[in-house]
Amino acid sequence: MEQAFFFYFAFVIAATSVLVVALRNPIYSTLALLVMFFHVAGLYVTLHAEFLAAVQIIVYAGAILVLYLFVVMLLNLKQDVRYHRQWPMAAAVGATLVIEAIILTAMKGSTTPAAATDTETAIGGAGNTEAIGDVLYTTYLFPFEVASLILLVAMIGAIVLAKKDIGEREA
Amino acid sequence: MSGFDLLSEYLTHYFPILFFVVIALFFGIWSLVVSYLVQPKYPEPEKLTTYECGSEPFSDARMPFPVRYYIFAMLFVIFDIEVIFLYPWAVVFTKIELIGLIEMLVFIGLFLVAYVYAWRKGALEWD
Repeated sequence: MEQAFFFYFAFVIAATSVLVVALRNPIYSTLALLVMFFHVAGLYVTLHAEFLAAVQIIVYAGAILVLYLFVVMLLNLKQDVRYHRQWPMAAAVGATLVIEAIILTAMKGSTTPAAATDTETAIGGAGNTEAIGDVLYTTYLFPFEVASLILLVAMIGAIVLAKKDIGEREA
Repeated sequence: MSGFDLLSEYLTHYFPILFFVVIALFFGIWSLVVSYLVQPKYPEPEKLTTYECGSEPFSDARMPFPVRYYIFAMLFVIFDIEVIFLYPWAVVFTKIELIGLIEMLVFIGLFLVAYVYAWRKGALEWD
């Protein structure tokens, strides 16, 4: 039954990912991406990563997708000129990933389930969010504060890049 | 954990969400189907053109949008992520006490710098 959930989510993720690159209209691609984000969240739920699932929906489906949508509208992509000559590169990357998947499937041992069980015993039945909070604000305090700095840099970068346009309008 | 246990666990925990998803899908499909079934169909060229609040459509809707939309989206993403960090913090707040409060004040302080920067640079203003 667990596998049934996994295969449903995995199939929809794979199918919508193909749609994202195959659809002619960039807006439809973005909507396919939205469906994909929701199913990735579903996949996290089957892995008992509820907090991650919520973050996936709030940040990816809620915020990042809007960003993508604005970028699509900003660039005003014409429907025919999207691919240029990217197919060979995409095929190369795709082939690499397929080979990797085949090797991983061939080498499949009991490692992954064991690791998952270890994690569940390690957090000792504490809630998902609680377990994250426990380590994030003690053991991983420094990365947490650095994350704040990185976001600050991202924000300044975005404003500097777009400032030119704002300045032109004011002048 | 056997398959059936897992299924019943998911159904008990995620039934409200499932219910909501079903209703949302059903509402969308139902609205389209019913309006398609009951609408009178007298197509005319004027009726089939894009409706733009009564004025004549003068260009394609796919035109480049101003870059300031992107800034707003970017700011939204960044502050969204800030709020995400507040959730686990709020859950474990009683455990980490004062040190946790200081950590979060530093974190939010850095965001305040970003906020003031965006404000002073006029990124929050539309015109």
